[in-house]
Amino acid sequence: MSEPLVQIKGLKKYFTMETDLLGRPTAVLKAVDDVSFDIYKGEAFGLVGESGCGKTTIGKMLVNLYTPTSGSILFNGTDLTKLSDTKRREYCRDIQLIFQDPYASLNPRMTIGDIIAEPIRINKLMPSNEVEGRVNYLLNCVGLANHHRNRYPHEFSGGQRQRVGIARALAVQPKLIVCDEPVSALDVSIQAQVLNLLDDLKEEFGLTYLFIAHGLNVVKHISDRVGVMYLGKLMEIADKKELYQNPLNPYTQALLSAIPVTDVTHKKERIILKGDVPSPINPGQGCRFASRCFKEFEGCDKICPELSDVGGGHCVACRLYDKGQIKKDA
Amino acid sequence: MQNELDAVVNEQASEVVLEKPESQLKEMWFSLIANKGAVAGLVIILLLTLVAVFGRFIMPYDPNYSDMTISFQSPSAAHWFGTDQLGRDIFSRIIDGTHISLTVGISAVALSLTIGTILGAIAGYRGGKIDTVIMRIMDMMLAIPSILLAIAFMAALGKGIDKAVIAIGLVCIPEYARIVRGCILSVKENDYVQAARVVGNKDFRIVFKHILPNVLSSIVVRATLGISSAVLDTAALGFLGLGVQPPFAEWGDMLGRARGFIFSAPYTLIFPGIAITITVLAFNLLGDGLRDALDPKSRKI
Repeated sequence: MSEPLVQIKGLKKYFTMETDLLGRPTAVLKAVDDVSFDIYKGEAFGLVGESGCGKTTIGKMLVNLYTPTSGSILFNGTDLTKLSDTKRREYCRDIQLIFQDPYASLNPRMTIGDIIAEPIRINKLMPSNEVEGRVNYLLNCVGLANHHRNRYPHEFSGGQRQRVGIARALAVQPKLIVCDEPVSALDVSIQAQVLNLLDDLKEEFGLTYLFIAHGLNVVKHISDRVGVMYLGKLMEIADKKELYQNPLNPYTQALLSAIPVTDVTHKKERIILKGDVPSPINPGQGCRFASRCFKEFEGCDKICPELSDVGGGHCVACRLYDKGQIKKDA
Repeated sequence: MQNELDAVVNEQASEVVLEKPESQLKEMWFSLIANKGAVAGLVIILLLTLVAVFGRFIMPYDPNYSDMTISFQSPSAAHWFGTDQLGRDIFSRIIDGTHISLTVGISAVALSLTIGTILGAIAGYRGGKIDTVIMRIMDMMLAIPSILLAIAFMAALGKGIDKAVIAIGLVCIPEYARIVRGCILSVKENDYVQAARVVGNKDFRIVFKHILPNVLSSIVVRATLGISSAVLDTAALGFLGLGVQPPFAEWGDMLGRARGFIFSAPYTLIFPGIAITITVLAFNLLGDGLRDALDPKSRKI
């Protein structure tokens, strides 16, 4: 495995929801709570979890839209959280974001050409007479034509808009692209096209992806390794194959069992979780999943399991696999 | 068959693509001129502007020339709107006053719009403590009746046309600051604003290039309506004897000085009053029309 491009260590992001009269927080939303993982050069790291589990928050911290509460983000060995604002802006140029909703992510008052040219112009990446050629090149890369340059976003379909979003992200020649559910707002037929495009661009430009999604089937297509999140915590990280064949964390098992199967003769046992996702505001001490876990045993609601390697880069945060822990019903 | 159909569809699609995109300005213009009231307002404003610029060539008399032997003449062929207490031709004075009313109205709005936009943009974009401080000061200004505040400013600054502009301009700042702040808050969290930050835009550019163009419509509407209230405020200050000083003809001042003769010589009041009403009405009509034209939700497809 190559060297890590991004190393996230103990990353936390808390949002203060309510304060008392003196401004002291009384309700804290722990969107991301002590998350650590690495993204290696040239890989696509998938991050899955249900809505509100903090995966987008991690993405936005990477691109400097949110400031972490604590923890560090090492990008190419530089800790982004310790840099000054101007320096950080410079470093963060190498990390770009593709947004979830292509209808909201393009400025309706700017032409497609301006949208793609803007990152090049403001960062002064090339002389102004070369910008147009570069924009045309980028448009062609994402499967759009040169004459689309003078048109406005409202004249395009969702899939085309997402292509524009991808071209904008590519414009600054980034090293890492955070794809924040880039296909979940698109039609299923378009999803495959955009996913294939992302796959091709990764090869062509030597990109690294942090691919955020809420379903394992999309991630299965594009990722090399997958991290599973639940309520601000990482539950499991493994190679894609390993994760799909041998899920260790009960949450991952439940998630995998929910993928629809096209083969009618094949009967799969589905794990139905009871209850709803608990509120991320002031969560308890123990495992976040304890209240819904079908393998919960004594102490799970008191002790928070650490993410630990069980061999071959397969990390899991569950007390079932703790060293010295007797596997009771696994 | 299916392939043929696809080919036809594709052909049509490519034709559509080749068509030149209609600019938003053009679209707006067509939607504006479809509105009768807005067109009426626009025509009146154009006429008023022409009168303001070329007024000196069409006024039959010197607006400041006083001939006491012909004071209080009823409207006639010689004096269309009659003459006032000093024997000056009211028609000529109203034409002369157009220039002052429009200048004061538009420059006061320009002043308050500039300062208000900057303050509102800072408050809305930065948020937090700066927002609280700016907006509380604006609230304090709004708590005082605007004309009272304008009088206070006039008292501090002294009399004159430039001072009137400053006084009215300062009084109107909170309105624009509030509206700009509100607009910015509503677009600030949009993905495209975040996208602008991700690609490396500076805050200043984000506000002026990505946020303000998208909220311009409501600001333009507010500013157009604001001109009418600025014209009205100028007249009110003139009426109170604080605005433009004699011998300059100013509609409010003409009203104020003639109010003693409302029963004996009503035409000395009626015509300046009508001038104010028409001007205010024209800007209101245009403002309403602009609002309809710029708001895509009410726009006809």
